[in-house]
Amino acid sequence: MSQSPRVLEIIAAHAGLEGPLLPILHAVQAEYGHIPQDALPVIALGLNISRAEVHGVMSFYHDFREEPAGRHVLKLCRAEACQAMGANALADQAKSRLGVDWNGTTLNGAVTLEPIFCLGLCACGPAAMLDGRVIGRVDAARIDALAVECGA
Amino acid sequence: MKIYVPLDAAAKALGADEVAAAVLAEAARRGVDVTLVRNGSRGMVWLEPLVEVETDLGRVGFGPCEAADVAGLFGDLVAHPKALGPVESIPFFARQTRLTFARVGLIDPLSLDDYAANGGLTGLRRALAMTSGQIVTEVTVSGLRGRGGAGFPTGIKWKTVAEAQSTQKYIVCNADEGDSGTFADRMLMEGDPFTLIEGMIIAGIGVGATRGYVYLRSEYPDAIAVMTEAVRRARAFGLLGASVLKSGQAFDMEIRTGAGAYVCGEETSLLNSLEGKRGIVRAKPPLPALEGFLGKPTVVNNVISLATIPVIFEKGAAHYKDFGLGRSRGTIPLQIAGNVQFGGLFETGFGLTLFEIVNDIAGGTATGRPVKAVQVGGPLGAYFPPTMFSTPFGYEEFDGAGGLIGHAGIVLFDDATDMLGMARFAMEFCAIESCGKCTPCRIGAVRGVETIDRIARGDAAAIPLLADLCETMKDGSLCALGGFTPFPVMSALTHFPDDFSRLKEAAE
Repeated sequence: MSQSPRVLEIIAAHAGLEGPLLPILHAVQAEYGHIPQDALPVIALGLNISRAEVHGVMSFYHDFREEPAGRHVLKLCRAEACQAMGANALADQAKSRLGVDWNGTTLNGAVTLEPIFCLGLCACGPAAMLDGRVIGRVDAARIDALAVECGA
Repeated sequence: MKIYVPLDAAAKALGADEVAAAVLAEAARRGVDVTLVRNGSRGMVWLEPLVEVETDLGRVGFGPCEAADVAGLFGDLVAHPKALGPVESIPFFARQTRLTFARVGLIDPLSLDDYAANGGLTGLRRALAMTSGQIVTEVTVSGLRGRGGAGFPTGIKWKTVAEAQSTQKYIVCNADEGDSGTFADRMLMEGDPFTLIEGMIIAGIGVGATRGYVYLRSEYPDAIAVMTEAVRRARAFGLLGASVLKSGQAFDMEIRTGAGAYVCGEETSLLNSLEGKRGIVRAKPPLPALEGFLGKPTVVNNVISLATIPVIFEKGAAHYKDFGLGRSRGTIPLQIAGNVQFGGLFETGFGLTLFEIVNDIAGGTATGRPVKAVQVGGPLGAYFPPTMFSTPFGYEEFDGAGGLIGHAGIVLFDDATDMLGMARFAMEFCAIESCGKCTPCRIGAVRGVETIDRIARGDAAAIPLLADLCETMKDGSLCALGGFTPFPVMSALTHFPDDFSRLKEAAE
């Protein structure tokens, strides 16, 4: 449990919260890029819940990863407003440019491609988010530029 | 010289940060003293990044701006190729009734001085002099109904919580704005966060709750940053804390981040998530108003509902109530999106017809092709064909037309859209996002995708099966996810039968 001391610190920092589990999981993921398996029993013990409960919560939410993502994460919106502006074709172009399917990571580990359902950029779709940076009116050329930027 | 460049996520997505950097660089190059304000968005997304320069004639706009347009802002403004004239005279803006969004785009979102100088805190000061009963009555009289989509009268919800006996009550703001085509919550939180904070404080004082939470979706990192900083500043100012504005009444709040589950926009699922559980829907009763967060009486209101409270107290319930149509009182921030020429946020009294919204305000599609359908109310809202565009925008009116206004997102689609594909997506989305608690939603959505695939292969016998399945999902689901997914599916099937009768290629 190499992560254990840091995870214990994170748990302690959230101890005063009502309903601390999601904030703790977010903090652990911010620290490690995913939720390491061996963090689960530490969190369970810290919150006096079962390991199964921690796993159940973690696996319910799309945001929490069991495995690390690539060095960059490119999220493309799949929701209706972006579809109205060609998001489906754009997704196909992105998959083919990166050589991955949804949730796949390029062979060199540079980019993980993920679907997302609405970034609230519905009047300037298709929308994307690269590592937390929002991008509107994305087209194939922009996907290529982003891929180059990420080293993919 | 004062220049405004929005910090709104839509403006940033179109290059506002680069424009802001160019403004500072150009000012430094010329040795001009510039005050750069990162305001919210005026809501005219097709003009973003919309830069404003303060002049003797008021604030004049330039857009959509790129970094290359910045140098011209330091020259002859009238001759600037992107000049739009006074921002508030742009017809899209001038036609609106801005109550909830009055300050969005106008002020520096994180300046409490700006906020107070433009009507902020007036409502709270008035509420602080009122009794709990008077506060709840004011909200009831305003006619405000839940802007999240359900349209439940806000005053009645507050009354239930106010009358509940408990050592602890909560105000929970639902900022899990997951519906495609909606961005009003995001714009409000990024552009005028103190309005939401003020609304939550009034709610807390009205019902006797001392703690509040904003459950904000993780897909909105910019809104999270602005809200978090606004709460910090409000606390430092004495707006939040043990004695709100030295009134002796306590209220404090936290921003909590969601984790990518659409169903957490449903209030009971949201409460479970906030408690640190799986976002599974709870059966009602008990109502969250009586047994909500951690089993305590809880007001769960949408961002726009809570952010409208301050203006109701500032201008009075009667002023607010005077706008609207039928039982839909006040204003509604329409979010016009998708394949649209003039997309953005348009706040207006209830009652405009879809025709006026789609043609007069939105200007039709961005592609210039005819509008085929408009989806109103997010992924669980119905698709309206142009023949139904006479429907006026109101809760009852849309219900009567077989739809819902939801969170007031309006998504335009052009005639290249395959409505069978959209119906299939609605089922697919429901299957991905189902919390799994009830069978009609969990299994029904998967069967729905399969059934629509049969229809796509030319199996007409599957059409009545789909209708039957939708009936089951509608009647048997625990919450709106399974219960309302039939709206987009059945409206697509009913209004666009041609898209379901063509013999599709098996490969599709």
